[in-house]
Amino acid sequence: MSLSRVGVYVCHCGTNIAANVDVARLAEFARSLPGAVLARDYPYMCSDRGQALIREDVSEQALDRVVVAACSPRMHEPTFRDAVRQAGLNPYMVEMANIREQCAWVHDDRARATEKATRLVASAVARAVLLEPLEERQVDVEPGVVVIGGGIAGLAATLTVAEAGYSAYLVERSGSLGGRVRELDRTYPTLDKVQVVLRELVSRVAAHPNVTILLRSSVTSVDGCVGDFTVEVKTRGANLGEGVDASRDSQTLVVGSVIVATGFDPFDPRRKPELGYGQYPSVITTLELEQRLAAGDLGDNGAAPRRVAFLQCVGSRDVQVGNPYCSRVCCMVVAKQARQLRGLMPDAEITVYYSDVRTFGKGAEEFYDETRAQGVLYRRASVSEIVRSQNRVRLVGEDTLLSRAIGVEVDLVVLATGMEAGADSASLSAMLRLQRSPDGFFLEAHPKLRPVDTATAGVYLAGCCQGPKGIADTIAHAKAAASSALIPLLRGSVQADAATAIVNPALCANCGLCVEECPYGAPALDPFRGVATVNALLCQGCGACAVVCPAKAISLQHATACQVLAQVDALMA
Amino acid sequence: MRTQPLVEQMELMGCIQCGRCTGGCPLARKTALNIRSLIYDMLVAPEMDVHAHQELWDCTCCFTCVERCPKDVRPAELIIALRGEMVESGRIPETVGAALMGVFRQGNPSGIAREDRSAWVGDGPQPKAAQEGCELLYFVGCSPSYDPRLQTVPRTLARVFSQAGTDFGTLGTEENCCGSEVQRMGEAGLFEMLVEENGELIRRTGASRLVTTSPHCYTALKNEYALGKVEVLHYTQLLADLLAHGQLAFDREVPRIVTYHDPCFLGKHNQIYEEPRAVLNAIPGLQLVEMDRNRERSLCCEGGGGRMWAEGTNPEERLSAQRVEEAAATGADVLAVACPFCLLTLEDAVKVAGLEDQLRVMDVAELVADALDLPVTNQIGAPLARSTGPEREC
Ligand SMILES: Cc1cc2nc3c(=O)[nH]c(=O)nc-3n(C[C@H](O)[C@H](O)[C@H](O)COP(=O)(O)OP(=O)(O)OC[C@H]3O[C@@H](n4cnc5c(N)ncnc54)[C@H](O)[C@@H]3O)c2cc1C
Ligand code: SF4
Ligand code: SF4
Ligand code: SF4
Ligand code: SF4
Repeated sequence: MSLSRVGVYVCHCGTNIAANVDVARLAEFARSLPGAVLARDYPYMCSDRGQALIREDVSEQALDRVVVAACSPRMHEPTFRDAVRQAGLNPYMVEMANIREQCAWVHDDRARATEKATRLVASAVARAVLLEPLEERQVDVEPGVVVIGGGIAGLAATLTVAEAGYSAYLVERSGSLGGRVRELDRTYPTLDKVQVVLRELVSRVAAHPNVTILLRSSVTSVDGCVGDFTVEVKTRGANLGEGVDASRDSQTLVVGSVIVATGFDPFDPRRKPELGYGQYPSVITTLELEQRLAAGDLGDNGAAPRRVAFLQCVGSRDVQVGNPYCSRVCCMVVAKQARQLRGLMPDAEITVYYSDVRTFGKGAEEFYDETRAQGVLYRRASVSEIVRSQNRVRLVGEDTLLSRAIGVEVDLVVLATGMEAGADSASLSAMLRLQRSPDGFFLEAHPKLRPVDTATAGVYLAGCCQGPKGIADTIAHAKAAASSALIPLLRGSVQADAATAIVNPALCANCGLCVEECPYGAPALDPFRGVATVNALLCQGCGACAVVCPAKAISLQHATACQVLAQVDALMA
Repeated sequence: MRTQPLVEQMELMGCIQCGRCTGGCPLARKTALNIRSLIYDMLVAPEMDVHAHQELWDCTCCFTCVERCPKDVRPAELIIALRGEMVESGRIPETVGAALMGVFRQGNPSGIAREDRSAWVGDGPQPKAAQEGCELLYFVGCSPSYDPRLQTVPRTLARVFSQAGTDFGTLGTEENCCGSEVQRMGEAGLFEMLVEENGELIRRTGASRLVTTSPHCYTALKNEYALGKVEVLHYTQLLADLLAHGQLAFDREVPRIVTYHDPCFLGKHNQIYEEPRAVLNAIPGLQLVEMDRNRERSLCCEGGGGRMWAEGTNPEERLSAQRVEEAAATGADVLAVACPFCLLTLEDAVKVAGLEDQLRVMDVAELVADALDLPVTNQIGAPLARSTGPEREC
């Protein structure tokens, strides 16, 4: 290994690293490491100038390996792989030492942080010396996208993909498109008739030649990886009448990307029994009021309610029911509905019981102002329970501004129920290898920088399946998801990671443990040769097989046993 | 008193001042008790004079506030901690002091002689001494042991346990106050002592199950003692279990319309709502009707949180009075309870309201006695003399 020529680059990351780690000392230390031929420190390694530095050294100093001591490889490993590729080196000859997240950001004792950084760099160099070039594979991208869920998010994503010239398959569980929006009357802050907007969107999607709509359908399995997903869809018999086998039709779609747009479930207020929902007919949800408003029938049998109460935050911001988050839309939904009722019942007393009002977004606070101006009273009192009072119900709570216990008799109570992750999120997340945040919704790859990507390349999130949103945000999110999903399609081919498992057939005993262990179905036993083989397209490089293999026949490229052990030895030295 | 230590210890910074605690607090409707605004006071002011808040003694520890808080703040526990500050300073209502002294000296808050603790047995068969080993330990509790009105309950239960063939025993005169009310009156030190002594006594019996008369004993023994493998049950749970396993069956019709009042310490504290109803529904001829406010919304009778020994700042207006009206409105002729304190407060309220001809307050155990045709009488000789301690408020 004395033949290797490693260049080490220590990044300051402005002051992010330099403030807590002595970067000059670190570079000096790196020069002394076996295999290292040079070490430099530089303010921003990821900048154009920083990358050029690496490229120049690779050609002038004949470096064959590069170690960058900087941030997380999740952030910039692709950047530095590109840099060495351009200089003619194999991109797998780069190793990163994370001295920012794992060191500078988490310690404040500069001397000890520097000491830790030296170990991380020593470890990275020890591994770099053992790196092997790997052949990069190009995968042709299938020119289509599967969109799961035909709510407003799925519709917007489908249309964007179709208009870009690619095939879009829209898989919707129910018998119609539009999701929850189908049940709404008007939308805030403009009070437009929402069905008009929805109808137009649905007809544009349905009429588009690139779109295939699969109603009453669900995805039963997803295999493959970005560029080449195989998606099984099962369709329940259409218009076959009762008593007919429901699982008649299934088909296989092969696409480059998948967009998940499965939406939300409304909170079931029966889980707050103190509010008497399901017990008193005059206690309803905002969704039910929405349906009544859309139908033009308030369900009051003509006896217009004299006193109406809206209760905010039901099932949101509530750790007792496991929903610590704010559902984001209900404040505005309440303002909208209160305004509509105000118009329909000029003599009624309409009060919103709140503990905080959150009317962010364009035109929203102005809408709230106008709602109050039109005579809707906002009372800072979060209702604790609802009890019967003859033929009305009584709200029991505290007016927190008056510090006074209150009991108010009302004719109609509307519970602003929040949003929850869909009931089948768990099975979807298993099928698509999607992570979920603690709130149950699907987790995006980065809350700010990658809001529609997921940890699985080629799978994207659109709309409320990622977290509560109003229609405008949902559509923006869906269009972003569609443009991300289009990137591999537009490029035509994607690079598949070469860090996959390989089998040494001379050692393989054909025991099949790897086949059992792999979560992605990549290894299989070859019946003719009597050994295991790994399908590199399916392998995600997790290493589970390499660990279980008793014969040590499987190894994970780019994380071989000797590479990992050298890294650990250097850390412990 | 400096507020900061309690703010941190009770994690009051989690409070968003929504008001659902005070909103649900049954005492906030009749006294100055406002736990939400107390929390706010703690948050904004560096010092608090606890003695200026005598309404802290109004709290019944019903736990409605704990049940309702969307942020898991546990407001009632702040009240207990503030009472603790008052206990530390020694400035507490006289009656509270007497009750604590009674527990310390005689092992019961009424301060009645320890030797009389088995008086509840009356003319019934003497139960086995648990100290000699038993499978099921019956923890009778202070009020059911001493109060003539309540003694019918343990006497019935002892008979039912025998009839069902259980191997049960009691601690006899060695039984001590469980400390549930002591803890809630803020005397943490005395409570700790009781937990240690009773815990030792209980473990020594080798019993695998422990059953209590009172939901208050149940709450303390189940949630605040570390009894390891000993399974703690309220008697309604045990009866429901015996019925479900065919070890107990009712053969006598009890043709009554019954409404059941959920005690806070079974319901809101422990979410035990169905077992007492299962027992009542198993009684032939009995018709169970519900009050509007049932289960999670059951109205507190004002018997808990030490209130049997502290009359509070507004003794005239009683929640128990409202509760018996609600019960009467159902058309029931029996208001069933499963807690000795509820039995006393609600029975008293029925008398005050003049509803005796219409509504009878009975413990579930007493209805069970009827259904089993057990001979349970109320007359067991002269009422016991109280050596120390004040009169109960009701
Ligand atoms: C009472 C109420 C009033 C509202 N009012 C307004 C308003 O005035 N203005 C506003 O901007 N927003 C409003 N909203 C919010 C609005 O409803 C959402 O922004 C919108 O519905 C989000 O769309 P979505 O497509 O993400 O999810 P959804 O509408 O939930 O659609 C998801 C779709 O996916 C389908 N699906 C789910 N799982 C699967 C699966 N496994 N396979 C296939 N298909 C699946 C569902 O059947 C559904 O069709 C309101 C919400 C409520 C509850
Ligand atoms: S949007 Fe408003 S009503 Fe909905 S959870 Fe958030 S604060 Fe509560
Ligand atoms: S490395 Fe992981 S994904 Fe690849 S074959 Fe082995 S177990 Fe499967
Ligand atoms: S425990 Fe009951 S009485 Fe005490 S503050 Fe809470 S709700 Fe009020
Ligand atoms: S219910 Fe909880 S969060 Fe709300 S005011 Fe009371 S303690 Fe605070």
